[in-house]
Amino acid sequence: MILLTLMAIVVIGIIRFKNLFNVIILGSIYSFLMASILLVLDAVDVALTEASVGAGISTVLMLSALYLTKRNENPPIHNQIWPLLIALITGALLVFGTYGMPDFGIINTPIHNHVGGEYIARSISDTGIQNVVTSVLASYRGFDTLGEVTVIFTAAIGIIAILKKTKKKVK
Amino acid sequence: MRLDVILRIATKIFLPFIFMFAIYVQLHGDFGPGGGFQAGVILAAGVILYTITFGERKAKEYFPEKLFEIMIPVGVLVFILTGVYSLIHGYNFLDYEAISHHGTHGQHLGVLIVEMGVLITVSGSMVTIFYNFINRD
Repeated sequence: MILLTLMAIVVIGIIRFKNLFNVIILGSIYSFLMASILLVLDAVDVALTEASVGAGISTVLMLSALYLTKRNENPPIHNQIWPLLIALITGALLVFGTYGMPDFGIINTPIHNHVGGEYIARSISDTGIQNVVTSVLASYRGFDTLGEVTVIFTAAIGIIAILKKTKKKVK
Repeated sequence: MRLDVILRIATKIFLPFIFMFAIYVQLHGDFGPGGGFQAGVILAAGVILYTITFGERKAKEYFPEKLFEIMIPVGVLVFILTGVYSLIHGYNFLDYEAISHHGTHGQHLGVLIVEMGVLITVSGSMVTIFYNFINRD
């Protein structure tokens, strides 16, 4: 609860600040708080990813992107009422959607009665890997992970294509 | 940049531990949290830390840009070739039973190889993206 409150404060800070450097650092803090929440929820793998990717690498990349642009946010050109309205409506719909979710930690929900239990029961005898997350990611769902790696590959070559300095043609 | 003594010494002390931790996260993925993706990011973070502290020119001596660019497709290739290997041996795509038949050895080896592919691609991509950003100034 404290963590969630802190996250809300950080988000308000992100909205209020005009200096983009502050916004990026606050984004990093937000990621660390998110990682702590995931740690509390026993999702250690996701917490590790959030801490290293969200708080570490993406902050550095945002800062290096900021290095290429200006430090301060431009004043808005358009009227801000419509974006606010759309954001409010989307938020309200999402909150409305959470009322349809099962209670927190309840056991007889679809996600617990489908393949999840099967994976947990069979992981060690099938693969001999103690960490079920790894066995699902790399073995049962290896194809999905291949897709994931391909996404990173595509992102990287996309960025190279956009940013790479090419030698100017000499006429 | 030349005057940041504390920063440079701290980086020199931390760097081996960062790389060690990346290798630990990579190889310990079977037993605890971690895996190729996280390890790749930690490895890239080490390289980026070195680049920020010691400057671009010195970093590219030890961590050449070309190497990381080549790593991006190599990782994906390692992953795909593992799948093709099991296809050739008459198993399903990415079925690690093809690698070894002794109980769960095949699964262990297969996961290890595949995670290595993920590590190579992820660290290659992250460092390449960073280098491309700082090359632009």
